[in-house]
Formats: sequence, structure tokens, C-alpha cells
Amino acid sequence: MTTSPQQLTNADRHYVTLPVAGWPTSDVSEIRKLQVAVEGETPKVALNDITLEYKANGSPLLALDRINLQVKAGEFLCIVGPSGCGKSTLLHLIAGLQQPSSGTVLIDGEPIHGPGTDRILIFQELGLFPWLTVADNVEFGLKMKGIPTAERKRKAGYYLRLVQLSQFADSYIHQLSGGMRQRVALARALATEPDVLLMDEPFAALDAQTRDLLHDELERIWAQTGRTIIFVTHNVREAARLGDRVAVFTFRPGRIKREFAVDQPRPRQIEHPAISRCAKEILDDLREEINKSLEQEYRVTS
Amino acid sequence: MVARLRIWPPYLFPSPRGVSEALWAGFADHSFWIAIAVSMKRIAVGYALSVTIGVLLGLLMATSKFLERTLGGLMVSLQSLPSICWLPMAVLWFGLSEKAILFVIVMGSVLSVTISMETGRKQMPKIYAMAGRNLGARGLKLFLFVLFPASLPYVLTGLKQGWAFAWRSLIAGEMIFVSLGLGQLLMMGRDLNDMNQVIAVMILIIAIGYIVDGLIFRTFERRLQYKWGLTPTT
Repeated sequence: MTTSPQQLTNADRHYVTLPVAGWPTSDVSEIRKLQVAVEGETPKVALNDITLEYKANGSPLLALDRINLQVKAGEFLCIVGPSGCGKSTLLHLIAGLQQPSSGTVLIDGEPIHGPGTDRILIFQELGLFPWLTVADNVEFGLKMKGIPTAERKRKAGYYLRLVQLSQFADSYIHQLSGGMRQRVALARALATEPDVLLMDEPFAALDAQTRDLLHDELERIWAQTGRTIIFVTHNVREAARLGDRVAVFTFRPGRIKREFAVDQPRPRQIEHPAISRCAKEILDDLREEINKSLEQEYRVTS
Repeated sequence: MVARLRIWPPYLFPSPRGVSEALWAGFADHSFWIAIAVSMKRIAVGYALSVTIGVLLGLLMATSKFLERTLGGLMVSLQSLPSICWLPMAVLWFGLSEKAILFVIVMGSVLSVTISMETGRKQMPKIYAMAGRNLGARGLKLFLFVLFPASLPYVLTGLKQGWAFAWRSLIAGEMIFVSLGLGQLLMMGRDLNDMNQVIAVMILIIAIGYIVDGLIFRTFERRLQYKWGLTPTT
């Protein structure tokens, strides 16, 4: 499904002008619920009561506590939280690389069974294959699917152009800069044409200029391909810059503290005052959690 | 120089000239060529077998705690056993046959391949396996296209060592009967009291070992270093 953000807001407006008996039309969140109910639209990704507990040094540690989250098809959701809040783990759960202690992950209303190419995770450390060329890296997922060589080459070529890396197709990973590696990872993930793209702090290790550039590119590619994106970051401005919605996580156990809707037109710019205002609002909410995480850290180290 | 002094009789310490004549004669009457061909064929089969078994066994041991605990110690202790010690067993099991020589080659080299594969699989960053699974690689595909290539830099030393062991075991194995290989040629030199031939064959064995290491393994190593961007260690 290729719904651009513009169409989504139109749909909302459509419902505002269509009052249904018994529902307060002024409350936007209620209208959204209503929209789901009326259209019967199942969310692309639904997390139902996800809890994850594991043993750390013998004592049980609650990493994620009853996470309930719904992501619509074509939505760009950002998750922010202090380090160690379990936001990366949540992506691993959605990707099917890890099992929750309880709760279910639904894609289009169906529970997942292990990893699947409908959900591709871009790891924080990328995990590009150093023994393959850039083009072979991008083709990898298609090769695993058993797609014939000619088709594979065509698709890989398309996505390499999309991330503007065509002339590096035959290079090896170590020959590329950090920003270029990010783009390879993005192309590799997109080439399998997943419905959902999971991104785990992908731009954390980049310098500010490269990051800004990749924000622009990601926004463009997202609009062009209509993928659903769940983007984890600790950078609040980045979240406000990219997300339709930003979910703030609490520190240990990870819970969703609050959700913010970022109703700003696209393409956006990170310096835009409205984005900064948004970021500040989110940061005020997050600061408390960051302090908690720092406190914990000092207690452990001292 | 030492030969010139004539401290020892020529049949114990031959002159370089005698040796080079023996080399020339060996190649001229094709006996060296045949021996090299036969030995190379054996080592190719034996080494391929031992790499296949070693890689699979090493991977299994790296994934299964049970196998690691039971076989791990055994592997290390068996590795201290010189490969010639497998000879009596090979002869009793397979007789004086091709199979016996193959058995000695495999037993001599499989352990170092297995052990290096196991440690390689463990040292390999977990991210590659996760990324592979994430992109839809399962079972055999995951092994062939991700786990094996990812562990190669860690395994290469083991593969090289395995080759060296295999080569030694082969020569030892060939010495036991009329096997046409280089090892037998060496023993023939002894039987005929022909020191020139003994030295000539020894030179041949060293040369082949060196060439294989230099041509095949060095090239392979350099390619790997180029792809991964590792700095060459020379």
C-alpha cells in the first residue's frame, strides 16, 4: 500500500467532516480510533502486551513491560528513550530474531513466526558482509529468496541508484565511508521490498552533515516507496525531524511513556523552528528518564 | 663444499651435481612426473575430504554445547598424536590400499581444520548470522553464504596448517607400500642405496609444499585481505 503522509491527513479530515452519532468529533484521537473501527483497517504492525524478561547476573530483569503499540501502513514511527531502555530489543522482537516472554507481534493482524523478509532490520552496526561487493550485498536478500540473477541485478541496480551509490557497485565495504555504508545497508534492506523497515539508531555514528543528508534521503525514499518505518534513536531532534509520530520510552523497565504526533509538512528541515519546538517538548518529557538512567549508571560504577 | 671434503663417502653424502643429475634423470624417464601426479591426486581428494569433514564438525561443535564438551577435549588430545600413528590402524582396517593412505591424510589434517573452524565460528561477530537470518537465509543457505565466508579469515590459518599436516601424512602413508607416489620414490631410493635420489625426492617434496603454499594459499590470503580490508601481515 502506498499512502503518502499527505493522503493520511486528508483521510483524517474526511472523518472530521463525517460525524458519527455518539462520538465526540472534536477529539482527534477518538476519531483515529473510529477510523480504524469503521474502515476495519488492521494496523501494519501491532504489538500486544509485549513483555520481555531475562536473567542478568542471576537476578531477573524486566526489560520491556507490556508494550502496546500500533503502526499504520506507510507510517513513520520514531521511538526515543535513554540508552538501555530496551528500544533496540523491541526491534529485534519485531524482526523475529528474539522471542518475547509474553505478548504477540502481529503483522497485518497475523502473528509472526521467526524472522521474515516482510520485516527487515537495519542493525546499529549494520552487519554488511565484508566478503561481498556492494552490489552483492544489496542482492543478498533476493538471492536467498531464489530470485533469478537477471531480475536480481535489475533490482539491485535500481536500489543502488535510489541511494546514489551506482558507481560503487563493485567496491568492497571497507572501501566506503560511514555514510556510504549506511546507504548500502538501506539499499540492502529495501531491495528485499519489505513492508516494514526497522532501523536501529542507524545514523548514530555519523557526523552531523552526513546525518542531515541521510535524513533528507531517507524521507525521500520513504515517500517514494511507501514503506512503514519504525526508527529507533536516542536523538530527539532526529525523531522530530523524521517521525509522523514519536513514542517516548521509560528507563528500565521499558514502557511507552507518551506518544507525540508531529504534524508538520514534508519535506522537513531539522533547523525549522517548528521541529525544534517539537523536539524540545519531547525532550522535556524524556529528560526525567535520561536522569534516571544516568543515576543508575553512576550507582553501578561508583 | 661439505661434499668436496669427502669426509663421508658419496653414498652417504652426495654432491650437488649427483643430486641434480638424479633430478634430471627422474624427470627424463617420467618417474618423477608420475609420482607427482599420483601424490597430488591423493592429496587433493584427502584434503578436500578433511576440509569438508572438519568444517562441518567444527561448526557443529561451535553450535552444540554437548558436542563441544564431549568431543572438544578429545580433539585437542588427539591432535598431539603424530599422524604416522594412524598408519597401523589404517593398514589393519583397509589393507595396503589407496583407502589406507586417504585415511591417514584425513586423520592427520582433519583435527586442525575442525579446531580452527570451531574457534573461528565462535570468534566471528554475531551480527553476520543475525543479518543473514534477517535477510531470509536459513539452514544450509545460512551456512554456505554467511557462516562459512564470515569465518574464513579466522579459519584460514587452520586450513593452511591442515594442508601442511595432510602433505606430511601423505608422504608418510605412501612409504608403506608400492604406491607410485613421492613417498614410495623416497623409500625406493633408500632400498637402492641411492642417496642422490633420496635427496632429489626430498627437494621435490619441499618444493611442492612451498609452491602450493605460495601459489594457492598466499593468493587466497591476499584476496581475502583485499576484500575485508585487512592489512597484510608479512
